[in-house]
Amino acid sequence: MLSLTAQDWTAVLLSLRIASVATLVALPFGIAIALVLARKDFWGKPLIDAIIYLPLVLPPVVTGYLLLITLGRKAPVGAFLADHFGIVFAFRWTGAVISCGVMSFPLMVRAIRLSIEAIDRRLEDAAATLGARPILVFFTVTLPLALPGIIAGAMLAFARALGEFGATITFVSNIPGETQTISAAIYTLTQVPGGDAAALHLVVVAVLISVAALVIAELLARRATARLHGA
Amino acid sequence: MLSVDVEKQLGEFALHAAFESADGATALFGPSGAGKSSVIAMIAGLTRPDRGRIVLDGETLFDAGARIEVSAWRRRIGCVFQEGRLFPHLSVKHNLGYGRWMSGITADADEFAHVTGLLDIGHLLDRRPGRLSGGERQRVAIGRALLMRPRLLLLDEPLASLDAARKSDILPYLERLRDEARVPMIYVSHDAGEVRRVATRVVTMQHGRVTAASGVELLSQAVMPREGGTSSSPRAPG
Repeated sequence: MLSLTAQDWTAVLLSLRIASVATLVALPFGIAIALVLARKDFWGKPLIDAIIYLPLVLPPVVTGYLLLITLGRKAPVGAFLADHFGIVFAFRWTGAVISCGVMSFPLMVRAIRLSIEAIDRRLEDAAATLGARPILVFFTVTLPLALPGIIAGAMLAFARALGEFGATITFVSNIPGETQTISAAIYTLTQVPGGDAAALHLVVVAVLISVAALVIAELLARRATARLHGA
Repeated sequence: MLSVDVEKQLGEFALHAAFESADGATALFGPSGAGKSSVIAMIAGLTRPDRGRIVLDGETLFDAGARIEVSAWRRRIGCVFQEGRLFPHLSVKHNLGYGRWMSGITADADEFAHVTGLLDIGHLLDRRPGRLSGGERQRVAIGRALLMRPRLLLLDEPLASLDAARKSDILPYLERLRDEARVPMIYVSHDAGEVRRVATRVVTMQHGRVTAASGVELLSQAVMPREGGTSSSPRAPG
């Protein structure tokens, strides 16, 4: 059966923590950007679109490198944050949150955007004629109707963040207990002679967590959809 | 008292409608494609006219010249649309309460009971719109618009999506609404029979123009308004 060392458990829990925090922090931004992309037309929109989808097509190492040269301890933005606010991302688990969030952001935005585009805008008009100001229309009509897509987007992002490897290891390295996620731990084990047996246990855990995340996502999305259409 | 004089270019189609309506039910009558629904959307504040003025009870809701445009959510004009447009994620009860909730009107149990009784929807309160028949859905939509205490009620072909039997089920409710609710109504329809039953005055429209405005007896002479009617901006008796 599964026998995980203390260090393995640390990696598993750290991965879950990083993926959860990355998803929760990214979610409000994801919803806001999906809303703007779904509803607004403005000059430069194709460029914004491209930048948001960039992490999906760039090699993850490149994304990690770009994070390193902007948010690193000696990089311009990173140095500013460290000197003025004491916020450091480099080689910290919070840095892994950033890289996981960035890498999973396109998937999140895409799922939410599609669900917002599918909303019947005439329902929002109806809400306006009933006296709802735009912000209330958003919270009482748009957001609930987009909920299945928001759940799907959040779970996809969570699963993607859980598996993130390239950008994270480039940006915050592979420090046990701080930035060593499941993926990084498996990678480390496979680099050691005879380590592949130990790696297998972590592989099984990774598969289990991913399957569970996808099943939960499916169930939640189904429930949300059923709530929208009667029942 | 509603006074409308609006112009809008809709693709190839030039809409220029001017009419007035007072208490009771005024029908906006004409063939489909005459621009009736566009006029309704402008009165509701959902579409912006290119030019013109809309004044309700002395308040200017829109005036292109004076750059006045009151947002739809501030107009307090109730709308009932052809497809009902009930919120699918809310129960009938919460659909009915939505307008009150959004505009911060305090709950009035008597009023709620009166409206649900008038429309015979009291037994549907816990259902979702997805579980309602077409006729029930339209009655809930009418109730939802009434409960926001509108100054004016716009009904845009509320029966068009229903079969003949359902239509004759709902028409009595509309007549009761006209007689009991005391909210002025604009009733859009292309069905002369419906208009004769519901409306007290008729404004006919064709090809984006108002062709006539008078009492409901207009419809006993001609079933459909003919092209090139009397005037594009008639002044109707109050």
